[in-house]
Amino acid sequence: MLRQSHTLLGALALSSLSLTTLAVATPAQAETLDIGVMGELASFDTSQVSGGVWESQILMDVYEGLLKENPEGEIMPGMATDWDISEDGKTYTFRLREGATWSDGEPVTAEDFVFGWQHLLDPASASKYAYLLYPIKNAKAVNTGDKPLDALGVTSLDGGKTLQVHLESPTPYFLQLLTHYTAYPVPKHAVEKYGDDWVKMNNIVTNGAFKPVEWISQSRISVEKNPEYYDADEVSLDGVNYFNTEDRNAAISRFRAGELDIIRDYPSSRYQWLEKNLPEATHLSPMLGSYYYVLNARDGRPTADKRVREALNLVIRRKVLSKQIMAGSFKEAYSLVPPGTSHYDVQHMDGVEGDYAKRLAKAKQLLKKAGYGPDHPLNLGLRYNTSDEHKKIAIAIAAMWKPLGVNVEMTNAEATVHYQTLQQGDFDVARAGWIADYNDAQNFLSLLRSGVGNNYGAYSNPAYDKLLDRAASTQDLDKREALLEKAENVALDDYALVPLLYYVTRNLVDPSIRGWQDNAEDDHPSRWVSFAE
Amino acid sequence: MTTDTTPYSGYNMPAGGPHPPTEPDPEDGAVAGESLGRDAWRRLKQNKAAMVSLVVLIVIAATCLIGPYLLPWGLAEVDWNAFSTAPSLENGHFLGTDANGRDLLTRTLYGGRVSLSVAVVATFVSLVIGVLYGAISGYVGGRLDNVMMRFVDILYSLPFMFLVILLMVVFGRNIFLIYAAIGAVEWLDMARIVRGQTLALKQREFIEAAHALGVRDRKIVTRHLIPNAIGPVIVYVTLTVPKVILLESFLSFLGLGVQEPLTSWGVLISEGTDMMQSAPWLLLVPSVFLALTLFCLNFLGDGLRDALDPKTR
Amino acid sequence: MLTYTLKRLLAAIPTLLIVITISFFLMRVAPGGPFDGERQLPPEIEANLKAAYHLDEPLPMQYLRYMGNLLQGDFGPSFKYKDFSVTELIAQGFPVSLEIGGLAMLLALLLGLPMGIIAAVRRNSAVDYAVMGTALAGIAVPNFVIAPILALVFGVLLAWLPAGGWNGGAWPNLVLPVIALSIQQIAYIARMMRASMIEVLGSHYIRTARAKGLSERQVIWRHAIRPALLPVTSYLGPAIAGIITGSVVIEQIFGIPGIGRYFVQAALNRDYTLVMGTVVFYGALIVLMNLLVDLLYSALDPQIRYDD
Repeated sequence: MLRQSHTLLGALALSSLSLTTLAVATPAQAETLDIGVMGELASFDTSQVSGGVWESQILMDVYEGLLKENPEGEIMPGMATDWDISEDGKTYTFRLREGATWSDGEPVTAEDFVFGWQHLLDPASASKYAYLLYPIKNAKAVNTGDKPLDALGVTSLDGGKTLQVHLESPTPYFLQLLTHYTAYPVPKHAVEKYGDDWVKMNNIVTNGAFKPVEWISQSRISVEKNPEYYDADEVSLDGVNYFNTEDRNAAISRFRAGELDIIRDYPSSRYQWLEKNLPEATHLSPMLGSYYYVLNARDGRPTADKRVREALNLVIRRKVLSKQIMAGSFKEAYSLVPPGTSHYDVQHMDGVEGDYAKRLAKAKQLLKKAGYGPDHPLNLGLRYNTSDEHKKIAIAIAAMWKPLGVNVEMTNAEATVHYQTLQQGDFDVARAGWIADYNDAQNFLSLLRSGVGNNYGAYSNPAYDKLLDRAASTQDLDKREALLEKAENVALDDYALVPLLYYVTRNLVDPSIRGWQDNAEDDHPSRWVSFAE
Repeated sequence: MTTDTTPYSGYNMPAGGPHPPTEPDPEDGAVAGESLGRDAWRRLKQNKAAMVSLVVLIVIAATCLIGPYLLPWGLAEVDWNAFSTAPSLENGHFLGTDANGRDLLTRTLYGGRVSLSVAVVATFVSLVIGVLYGAISGYVGGRLDNVMMRFVDILYSLPFMFLVILLMVVFGRNIFLIYAAIGAVEWLDMARIVRGQTLALKQREFIEAAHALGVRDRKIVTRHLIPNAIGPVIVYVTLTVPKVILLESFLSFLGLGVQEPLTSWGVLISEGTDMMQSAPWLLLVPSVFLALTLFCLNFLGDGLRDALDPKTR
Repeated sequence: MLTYTLKRLLAAIPTLLIVITISFFLMRVAPGGPFDGERQLPPEIEANLKAAYHLDEPLPMQYLRYMGNLLQGDFGPSFKYKDFSVTELIAQGFPVSLEIGGLAMLLALLLGLPMGIIAAVRRNSAVDYAVMGTALAGIAVPNFVIAPILALVFGVLLAWLPAGGWNGGAWPNLVLPVIALSIQQIAYIARMMRASMIEVLGSHYIRTARAKGLSERQVIWRHAIRPALLPVTSYLGPAIAGIITGSVVIEQIFGIPGIGRYFVQAALNRDYTLVMGTVVFYGALIVLMNLLVDLLYSALDPQIRYDD
């Protein structure tokens, strides 16, 4: 009897195999979301993440920090239900949610946060993003090995129900920071049980709306709804599949074929076509990111001369860049800090808009004063890393600098070499970009601070640094804003860099999806997503 | 002289069967006749497809060399009023412009210079090294063959990307670097093919005959082995050229090859593929040039193979 | 033949050792390292990272450490894909690449060999030109053009097949990548087969066979094809090794989780352990394939000897 049903089953299975495999070409379960992400997750251990924009999508679906984001990107309670901030702004006390558990049923306690943050800052973890938690007392010292792990300014109180954080100085963006994956908790009990293997698919536990179940490297990561999640009733989806779709054009084909519901980026060169042919699915909105050229301020470089820097800035027609070269898929930028940054008015570099002929004339004059002319032409090396967009922009910029008599030698290098060269300071002009880690102007302005690693051009202005320092210790948000804006203007007046474009979020989203909103952080937790019927 | 032998022992010569005389080898100088080159050229001329292809190739090469001087647009010149415009006679961009406003025809011709020169040099390098290496390895055989082929195995296995990066470190940003890197990789296949041919050929009757005549080894390799192995070699050369052209574009895309504003057909094609649906001319123009070149090369190659074939002389 | 095979397999060991050693040091000469990225690391963190991966040790010591681990079968963790070891990555990815590459090569042989034979037998006729013209399309159009076009036409516009994805190896997902990959190989095999068939068909023993009164079919099948396969076989050795280790273009465009991309990506990421893993793996394949090819030579042409 058994054998008969086996063979019958076998026969049925075989015959249905061809049918089901054909059917798999279209989205199988209606309540599973298929997202195309633009890279491979480095690890489910948040301290090992490499910082690609795609990684945060997966991490925010399986983990939850003290605070979480709604579809508009606004922060709301997460693992913490409410919190107090001390008068001096240096102590935060969070009360953790009753009944919040990991996916294996163990409760999420303040211990998990203490453990997680210590793990992140542990020198042995060698985490790239540890610096984000430096506002916490002793964080930097712990990270460099000067102080032991338990010196970190976080403590678990009330038997794990309360988490208290002490900061080095009042940090207005601290709550924002807590939504970043560096601030996620780590399941202490799992790490103690499995050691480094706690991230393997059979062992891993998470506290978010979903839990990871399968990882086919370079192809797909699958997560399932976490029934232990406190808000599981409100979560619409049964699961999410993240497909690695690095080739953006191929991703568009798969989207059109219905194999993907969302893709998290598309090439700027396809924007106009997408707008015309898939208008309801095409999303483009401002993002907290800045695309700019670094000007090397080191001695001996032609760009160390302020007049040269001003001239180079004057003749760029940024609207041509955004509308023609980038076909409308970027916004022109006249400042470093992008619009939409909280508590900040976007600034504007002087003189770089308006009558082109006048700007060109002024620029030529400036170069002449700086000693450049037909018999002594300005030769600049322009470096960018491999990408279709970077190439197009570099070609356009080189052509815009040509009327000044500037000879531009372009060098396209693979990312590793590009950034190493930048670090060594061996360039005149180089392409760089910055996407905000958290929604605060300070994140961008620190790029021009003296001695900071990401300040590739080695721009150094003590007045600028002083303003940033003062802002760091100012609690009054309006006063802080004024200081930061003043600082940016100091840098812009110095023509410290060449602001070019503001990043935009580019997504293709199936029109039947609800609970998905454009926002400046480009964060879209799947917890809110559902399919309209 | 000697009887024919079959390539494998399964076939038995019938007793008393006819033994077609072996042809006198024109190379040993004992018989007066046409030189190899003259004879080959004469036979090639009779092959219409090959001749047409040769002419077309010359025209393409000439256009790429001279054309840019006749066109009004520069390699890096941006026409600010014409971004991604379709081919038109009115605005002077006969084959359209790219996303940066540069004339496509001009860039395709300049690109042709790069692609064709890389193809010629890299293929020539791989041909010379590969043929000699393979012939010597196969002819000498035994331990030398073993060592030489293991060396080839080693070169096959090395990570190509790092090889190129290393060459860049040593030689700087130089188009010859590309030739060197590509040539260094392509000769391996050629060597293996020639070695295989040689292993088979050296057992043949005319080689034994040459031995018996006292012809020196070097002459045997250059005058007897190589011309008889030439058929598949020529065909493989025509297959190497597209590989080389595309390898160059891959390297350039990664920043390891030609830098902007220089370009090549491979780079243009890859840029055009991204814009396939919105600006198809960007893909079609360089693709047509490349495809045409490769087609002609193949017919020419086949014709050359026929012309140089010692057996049909 | 057996002793020859054994000797070759033994020779594989020093060959691979040399490959590993050269590759190890070659990698380190390249500028840039695994930690150079858009975000500058504070020097202390970079120091931590280097120490954690033993990159601060002198190079010869790192080499010895690596070789020690290698002899125990440990290829190390990937620098970039932290949750996986190199062994896991290759073990997961290779079967995928093997399946697609193997099918593509099979298809290429099934189509390319007959095409080449027919073209040679009907040399310079309309059939010859038609067959060769079709084959040439595979060379003239690069695979990074063909693949997106196939995905667009069959995946999007006609919706007959998936436009991408692996889906556990379901057969509809195999079709387009296999076709895209095989098109170029068909061209190569067809052209080489044709050329060497023409060579063989013009040779003495074929003329003898014809003179003996054998039918054209017997001439071709029993006498011509085997020796004609020789150059194709030479080509196939490295070609098969290459195709079963995946094509980075095909894998990226169709989203196939093979190991092809590692050959490029790992180098670009300076993921040293992963690069070494792929080098060892590919090297072993090359040695094996070239050995098989050499053995096949003597099957195709028994006169070929290796011991002089």
